[in-house]
Amino acid sequence: MSEALVVSIGPHIKDKVSTKRIMWAVTFALLPAGIAGVFIFGINSLFVIIAGIVAAVVTEALMLAVRKKDIGAVWDGSAVLTGLLLAYNLPPQSPLWMPVAGSFFAIAIGKQVFGGLGHNIFNPALVGRAFLMISWPVYMTTWQNPGWKVDAVTGATPLALCKEGQAIVMKGVSYWDLFIGQRGGCIGEVCVIALLAGAAYLLVKKYITWHIPSTYIATVAVMSWAFNGKAGLFTGDALFFTLAGGLILGAFFMATDYVTSPLSPRGKVIFGVGCGLLTFLIRKFSGYPEGVSYAILIMNSITPIIDRYTFPKWFGAPR
Amino acid sequence: MQYRFRGGVHPLTFKSLASDKLIKRSFIPKRVVLPLSQHTGSPAQAVVSVGDRVNVGDLVAKPSGRISAAVHASIAGKITKIAYFPTYNQARVLSIVIEPEGGEDQDFKPKPDRNIDPIPKEEFLGIIRDAGVVGLGGAGFPADVKLSPPANKPVDTVILNGAECEPYLTCDHRLMLEKTQEILTGLDIIVKILGAKHAYIAIEKNKLSAIYAMEKALKLNSLERRAGPGRLGSVKPKLIALDEKYPQGAEKQIIKVILNRIVPAGGLPMDVGCVANNVGTAYAIYEAVYFGKPLFERAITITGSCVREPVNTWVRMGTMLSDMKDIFGGFTKEPKKIIMGGPMMGFAQYSMDTPISKGVSGVVFLTEEEIDTHKESVCIRCGRCVDACPIGLVPTTLMYRVKGENFPEAKSLGIANCYECGACAYICPAKIPLLDYMKFGKAKIQTI
Repeated sequence: MSEALVVSIGPHIKDKVSTKRIMWAVTFALLPAGIAGVFIFGINSLFVIIAGIVAAVVTEALMLAVRKKDIGAVWDGSAVLTGLLLAYNLPPQSPLWMPVAGSFFAIAIGKQVFGGLGHNIFNPALVGRAFLMISWPVYMTTWQNPGWKVDAVTGATPLALCKEGQAIVMKGVSYWDLFIGQRGGCIGEVCVIALLAGAAYLLVKKYITWHIPSTYIATVAVMSWAFNGKAGLFTGDALFFTLAGGLILGAFFMATDYVTSPLSPRGKVIFGVGCGLLTFLIRKFSGYPEGVSYAILIMNSITPIIDRYTFPKWFGAPR
Repeated sequence: MQYRFRGGVHPLTFKSLASDKLIKRSFIPKRVVLPLSQHTGSPAQAVVSVGDRVNVGDLVAKPSGRISAAVHASIAGKITKIAYFPTYNQARVLSIVIEPEGGEDQDFKPKPDRNIDPIPKEEFLGIIRDAGVVGLGGAGFPADVKLSPPANKPVDTVILNGAECEPYLTCDHRLMLEKTQEILTGLDIIVKILGAKHAYIAIEKNKLSAIYAMEKALKLNSLERRAGPGRLGSVKPKLIALDEKYPQGAEKQIIKVILNRIVPAGGLPMDVGCVANNVGTAYAIYEAVYFGKPLFERAITITGSCVREPVNTWVRMGTMLSDMKDIFGGFTKEPKKIIMGGPMMGFAQYSMDTPISKGVSGVVFLTEEEIDTHKESVCIRCGRCVDACPIGLVPTTLMYRVKGENFPEAKSLGIANCYECGACAYICPAKIPLLDYMKFGKAKIQTI
């Protein structure tokens, strides 16, 4: 018997949660929002999602092969998640080559050239989105109104309308519509209630913590309330600016990406507040109506600095 | 009232395997192997030679130096060998082998019960040292050293540690049930030695029966208590039911939880006026003081899902695990890993030919399905190790520093503070053996 024994340094028991389980759990938590998106915008959204996922998985496999790594790692769920998130960030009527190009860029350039899972600096899905945004801005800003009838050019996102100075209520969009997703926007961002359900699952299972999402959303809400009002300071519509864009999707599912966000709780709070401030600044002062993805990308880049200055205090360290 | 400590994890405990099993009487093995270093500090020095005959409880090795502990014969018989043997923590240690020749009396003759009230504390310390008592929670620090803090560090509080936060192990639980009064007396002795003003008994809530037993015993004692100040039993201990969390039983954590005092990094509990002792140690002190019984046997748990009859049992020091199969009835399934100590901080064994020594609180057998065979994958920076570390380190960053052989930076990031509880490696979803890196890094920074 003795030669068959396993000998190693402790601990000899391990928690059941694995990287794979976490990745698939996040994917699972995102499903309701995607299903809602398909119901709201029609069947093309489903094709966009599938194309995004397939392209991401294929790219991941190719890149792993090129890098002479274990191709089995493609099933750790991270590629599927990236493809899914990228598709969620596309307009519903995107031609199918868009998610394919985006996923390819996201995985190949956003992730694998840095060394693959765990080594990328930027959230891969957002890298893919930024790439598409710069390369094909027209496609990326052609929106569709809710409904299965395709009237692609006529739609616009509430934030874009707001940017143009139009009152939202004029278009007949209520808070409730924003909440359930009856508005123009990306496939995965519109149905807030479905996103919150998924987020609640992740929070309860402790796959994500409250630090980033709550500070992120609170910062955007407070800043919008303070500075985004038409009638002067502190008259902004905080609820509208929270619900209308990609904030809920970004705060719960993109900013919380482990690899590209800080390690310690304190760092996460700083990261969340930073994302919130940048989102507000981009929305208010830039040419873009929405700033969630760029805000997160910028904060990704300073994550190492945040980490460096937010090491937890040692137990018993001198004050 | 209990405070909180940062970090920690919640492994499944599997304590029900053995928690209702009475502690069996120890049996006499066909030989014992007594390592001369069963404690922290310098090894003991043999005072017997091959061919000598010894009785149960005879001194076979005396302490050498201040931090050292005596070793006593755990069975009567003839010394057949003094040679190097492997011990549970994978060191090779000079050990004394005793084999019974048959016909010896294998029971210890206790000295008559004595009135201990007039004994001064120095004498207590001598008795404890002579009995070779060490901390039985795992570290094996000589008890008399721990109980004699320097004059500039007065100790006002004693904590009796019955947390037993390691999964699987139940011997402390059983001991608290079966030797409640004796343990409390041991605590009284510790309090008297230290001149402490407060005493706490801390037990995790997964041992409700032990909490009830202690509560009852304390009530009974307070009815009988007539002791004046300075005499045995003058301090009434407070019972604390702790929420379950690993590593709550660690000294620094249990002191934080009960007293909200923070032992300084690199410091000792006595720096904050506190001493924590395991319940097993308190029992050993009681036996040493009242009956002159040296520490030649201890309670351990032998358990695991593949063990036919998980048990708690007294075991004579130096008993080979391979000789104990009858005690736990063998296996229902082949074990793949044998751990001496708990599954979090214990040591995996190469074979069953390892002696039980003072630092072994249990033996856990794990099957192939229960051991973790995941391949190490890359860190995804989830931060779970940061949240789990009870002392506020960043294990993943330290792992990268150690991997990159940047030991000076690992040192400046506090790797020396790690006391190897293993919470980080337990929780890591990428299954990175973080504790391996910590241990390696800690060893390396000794040289810079």
